[in-house]
Amino acid sequence: MNSTEATTTSTVRDAAAARPRWQVLLIRPETMTLALLIGAIIVASNLSPFFSDLGFILESSTYYIEYALVALVLTLVIISGEIDLSPAAMMALSACVFAWCYQAGVPIELSMAASLVAGILMGLVNGILVIRFQLPSIIVTIGTLTLYRGLAQVLAGDRSIGKFPKWFNGIDYRLVFDVPVPVILFIVASIVLALVLGTTVVGRQIYQIGTSEVAARHAGIRVRRIKTGLFVLMGIVSSIAGLLTASRLASVRYDMATGGELQMVLMVMLGGTYIFGGRGTILGTFLASWLLVIIATGMTVANIAVTSQLIVMGLLLIVSIIATNAIYARTQR
Amino acid sequence: MHANITTETGAPLMSARGITKQFAGIEVLRNVDLNLMRGEIHALLGENGAGKSTFAKILAGVYRPTRGTLMLNGSPVEVSSPIAAQKLGITLIHQEPISFPDLSVAENLVLGRTDGALLGRVPWAQMTRDANALMDLLGVRIDVTKPMRGLSIADQQMVEIARALASDSRLIIMDEPTAPLTPKEVETLFKIARRLRDEGRTIVFISHRLEEVRALCDRVTIFRDGDKVETVATDALTDADIIRLMIGRSLKEYLHKTGSTIGEVALKVENLTLPGFFADVSFEVRKGEIVGLGGLVGAGRTDVARAIFGVAPAASGRVAVNGKEVTISEPSDAIALGLAFVPEDRATAGIFRTLSVEQNITAAIPKRIAPNGVIRRALEKALASDSVKKLRIRLASLRQPIGELSGGNQQKAILARWLLTDPSVLILDEPTRGIDIGVKAEFYDMIGELAASGRAILLISSELPELLALCDRVLVMSEGRLTANLSRTEATQESVMHAAVPKTARQTVGVAA
Repeated sequence: MNSTEATTTSTVRDAAAARPRWQVLLIRPETMTLALLIGAIIVASNLSPFFSDLGFILESSTYYIEYALVALVLTLVIISGEIDLSPAAMMALSACVFAWCYQAGVPIELSMAASLVAGILMGLVNGILVIRFQLPSIIVTIGTLTLYRGLAQVLAGDRSIGKFPKWFNGIDYRLVFDVPVPVILFIVASIVLALVLGTTVVGRQIYQIGTSEVAARHAGIRVRRIKTGLFVLMGIVSSIAGLLTASRLASVRYDMATGGELQMVLMVMLGGTYIFGGRGTILGTFLASWLLVIIATGMTVANIAVTSQLIVMGLLLIVSIIATNAIYARTQR
Repeated sequence: MHANITTETGAPLMSARGITKQFAGIEVLRNVDLNLMRGEIHALLGENGAGKSTFAKILAGVYRPTRGTLMLNGSPVEVSSPIAAQKLGITLIHQEPISFPDLSVAENLVLGRTDGALLGRVPWAQMTRDANALMDLLGVRIDVTKPMRGLSIADQQMVEIARALASDSRLIIMDEPTAPLTPKEVETLFKIARRLRDEGRTIVFISHRLEEVRALCDRVTIFRDGDKVETVATDALTDADIIRLMIGRSLKEYLHKTGSTIGEVALKVENLTLPGFFADVSFEVRKGEIVGLGGLVGAGRTDVARAIFGVAPAASGRVAVNGKEVTISEPSDAIALGLAFVPEDRATAGIFRTLSVEQNITAAIPKRIAPNGVIRRALEKALASDSVKKLRIRLASLRQPIGELSGGNQQKAILARWLLTDPSVLILDEPTRGIDIGVKAEFYDMIGELAASGRAILLISSELPELLALCDRVLVMSEGRLTANLSRTEATQESVMHAAVPKTARQTVGVAA
């Protein structure tokens, strides 16, 4: 009843106990992706003896690896709370810029540089529309996806442009240590981006922006600069992916990579990145990319029609979003 | 007449043992032991958020306790839902009664206790007879065949009480029943409450009005900050005792230790204007000085703070920091100049809810934790745990998401974030809002210490006693303009309020006088 006793009883509330460490480590969406990947490998190995041959898998992966490369950067964009649906169209337009320049007599090295510049500009347009004009990125990039694809068609017409020098074509058949170059590129990019996201200030700030953009601004984080940078990076990586595709096909058409954006989103989601931002890892997207390679190749080997493959992909996307949400809801308390 | 129960003799009707309740990991009720005797009116008192309503709702089965047991007539009971409570003879009377407005009074009375078959006939005549009998018992005149909709709130409460009687409730809990009632209705309610007590029923009465508690209740239990502080006979306490028990210590004890010497001008604002929000705002804050910014909600105080910090920059005007004129267009500019801003809206503008406490604390010092861009984990951890110790932040682990901490500890973490930037000017916007009284006191001490260490502090607060107790000077805003600059001696509740009330309204007052 006296005031000293009153002061002692008004001590601060105890915080809730932290979750056990094994839960923090195990109950993660990436764990689910890894389990699915292992499951898919086991099933696929039973379907065809080819699956015990790593070389076969790597060879058949090059088509998906182009998307997976872009999906790595898309992971950062989605963690930051935005989305970019235009990368497949950016792949097509930057590849068309490359092919058009080359056909017009520009040296191939300069044509490739022009393609990169086109990628940067397209990313910048996305960034400016989203950041400066404060528009929702999903709408902006649906708009620019149509715009960029349209421009590609205007530039390249309905024909395919080819006849590149021999050294440019067939990058997917060039091997370093028995691994196709695009796969090497993907692995290196994964490691670099995982390090950026996991150990640097910029990576940390991407998570903080995705968790709460308002709080991030108040904490002095340069939200606009980082987000614009991410959109530009999307343009660059799309342009690189477009060039890889051009090399693999030895030709460019305006409809290159049509529908590819959905495969990319699928990889990011399947890897456990949270669609509302703030959570996700490069490791998840990396695992999910291989999962998709195994499933798609497996289905082809098992003679499942391409149309039915879409059903499987669609179901996977929905299941992964539900699972990711459930896991985050659980760990959020 | 009934002999007031002032001591606990005989067996209690209901006893609570170690009742603890957590919401989202935050304890709002801690280890409450309480006996409710037969035939007593027992008041629950406390500030908002002290836990009294939560406790009442646990008694009535609205919430389940996280830990602890309830004993009814000496044996443990599970009050798992309001319906279970009713079956046990416990009824909660809401302030604004919850009923079915289109059903008749009689139908509302039998709600939740129909024991006939699903498709059995409704015994209308019997129902009306019973309802009338109950109303007679209470001594009120209400036409039981009329729909609830037309009834006054007082009458609706009577129906709820009647319902409690219909199910022969032994424990009736009234959560702030008198707030919407007229004095005459209160008198009727009290008369009925006393009669119910004299029949041996137990009544739990929650109210903010001390005089009502005094007039009606035999014993009081005071809650503070989730703890039961005391249960005593009402007559044994003076009003002053009750208030002291409710708030812990009196505000006077927070009085600013005027140890700090006031130095050079640290922040100078001239003619700051943002059309539609504020105009011509000029003031200065000196080193070691705590300047309060008072006014009504919506007067533009937060907008001025946001403009200075670059969240929503002003359209015109000048800002000078430590004697140099500066342009601040982004919060990052402000931070580089040694400014810090604890925003009013902690949940959206302050914390990163799902991220670790550690990350939250170090969010504003990227260069210190990562001199070359790569975060040094050991350095970060050392800085964060140092802050946790200094500010006495209660947590289970630095890796814990900050959303799991209590509001007061979240706010401490935000303050810690800014202290790590070693700011020369601190802008605090309602820093103690929604914080337990105990932690509030710690904040007052910290604000005093920060000023004493030579920092300039601009304190926005809607709590007048807080402004008056802590500040060396109080600025007042009204409708986007600065209307007063009061020294410590000039600043009183009246002078601040006078300047805070919009001019037009003041003129009206002038005309009326």
